[in-house]
Amino acid sequence: MTGLRNRNISVSEASRPVMPRHARLKFDEVRQRWVILAPERVLAPDDIAVEILQLCDGVRSVDQMIDQLAAKYTADREAIGGDVIAMLQDLADKGFLTEVREKTS
Amino acid sequence: MSPTLTDTSPVVADPTDGLAIMEQRGSTAETFGIPLAVLAELTHRCPLQCPYCSNPVELERGGAELTTEEWKKILAELAEIGVLQIHFSGGEPTARKDLAELVQHASDVGLYSNLITSAVMLTREKLKALADAGLCHVQISFQGNEPTVANRVAGLKNAHEKKIEVARWTRELDLPLTVNAVMHRQNLHQLADIIQMAVDLDADRLEVANVQYYGWALKNRAALMPTIEQIEETSRIVEEASIRLKGILAIDYVVPDYYALRPKKCMGGWGRQFFNISPSGKILPCHAAETITGLEFESVRSNHSIAWIWQNSEAFNRYRGTGWMPEPCQSCEFKEIDFGGCRCQAFALTGDAGNTDPACTLSPMHEQIFKMAETEAAADNSRFIYRNFAGGTLEPDGNDGA
Repeated sequence: MTGLRNRNISVSEASRPVMPRHARLKFDEVRQRWVILAPERVLAPDDIAVEILQLCDGVRSVDQMIDQLAAKYTADREAIGGDVIAMLQDLADKGFLTEVREKTS
Repeated sequence: MSPTLTDTSPVVADPTDGLAIMEQRGSTAETFGIPLAVLAELTHRCPLQCPYCSNPVELERGGAELTTEEWKKILAELAEIGVLQIHFSGGEPTARKDLAELVQHASDVGLYSNLITSAVMLTREKLKALADAGLCHVQISFQGNEPTVANRVAGLKNAHEKKIEVARWTRELDLPLTVNAVMHRQNLHQLADIIQMAVDLDADRLEVANVQYYGWALKNRAALMPTIEQIEETSRIVEEASIRLKGILAIDYVVPDYYALRPKKCMGGWGRQFFNISPSGKILPCHAAETITGLEFESVRSNHSIAWIWQNSEAFNRYRGTGWMPEPCQSCEFKEIDFGGCRCQAFALTGDAGNTDPACTLSPMHEQIFKMAETEAAADNSRFIYRNFAGGTLEPDGNDGA
């Protein structure tokens, strides 16, 4: 089997992150809030995390996400780019983001 | 601008848990919000005979089990009242022929599903069917890291080899895997190897769970109780591995009560954020709750809704919150941290579920319990009483594997 492989991804502007199969973003109708469902855990992401996670479809690159957020909030692209990557990295480190596997690999 | 992920795990003791969020949001369930996760014990039937089984000593027979239609109705009701995750457990849940149908139904009603299994009855085809039905996570129990110890503890030939095979299929099917290892005096020497086994199997999580002594485990306490030296070594190994394997394998560690200083926040507090459903449909505050005599548990087969039973039944309200607590709990600054520890343990060790959990150093019985653990561990009686429907069978003398 495999050796010591860190399962967490490293996020860059070229990354195309997506939530892994075992992490589900869901709107909890009873409690009227977004939740992330993961093995043995339920997490309550804040509005910013929810918005970012919704952009993570495995197709969109981080670069495109930053463009989209900069346009939506009429923010300076340079200013928010670093924050978005940091946030995505944090989500990835917690196991809620992965990258689409290339078919050729 | 940093994302806030509030962990609302029903397992981890965290002040910002599910209930805190639900109370703050004013949920429909008011004071005691509907649990985020529910354990469905589909059957008590199981090919394994582990001497520490968490099922009650009085196992429920197959004929009393809920039907497929009854379980489907329950799953829909759970989703509707706000439960988010369902853990399919047992006994051995794959002993139910309708498991894939139930997993599919859980998916259809929007529940996140988790399979807690011994794995020995699974084929690759059956596992694939469960994955296709939307199963989100698989947890496989291991009794050791190699067949000699593992199969003897499980009381089943070739069990370990089969588990390894199923764990590999799990990862091949891209399902996340948790390895659950129940630890006791007779397998703690394998802990480092079990951790490596979990890494080799590409598991995401490892639960290192020291045996908790109710029901079957209480019957087998003399054969299972670790020595204090083993516990110290265990803590050292877990701590070292948790750091070394950060980002590779998450390790959850359940410490043994008898050697603890403070009691565990059992079930997150009685009737506070967890319930389970027995094979015949009883709604229980924990899977060991039936060991407490004198409590009556309502069933889904009654004319009450699940939410009503959770909120109003006598069994749930008896030890809910802090009002029931005697001294030294009542004036204790930790009473809302640990909620008085474990009611089943208080009953098992003191005869009264309303007493302070003897795992707590403030319990007048703590010293006695600690000494008893040391004495039992030192006596080193290693014969198991195997779990079965006949009330248990003593292991043959000189058994070297099932």
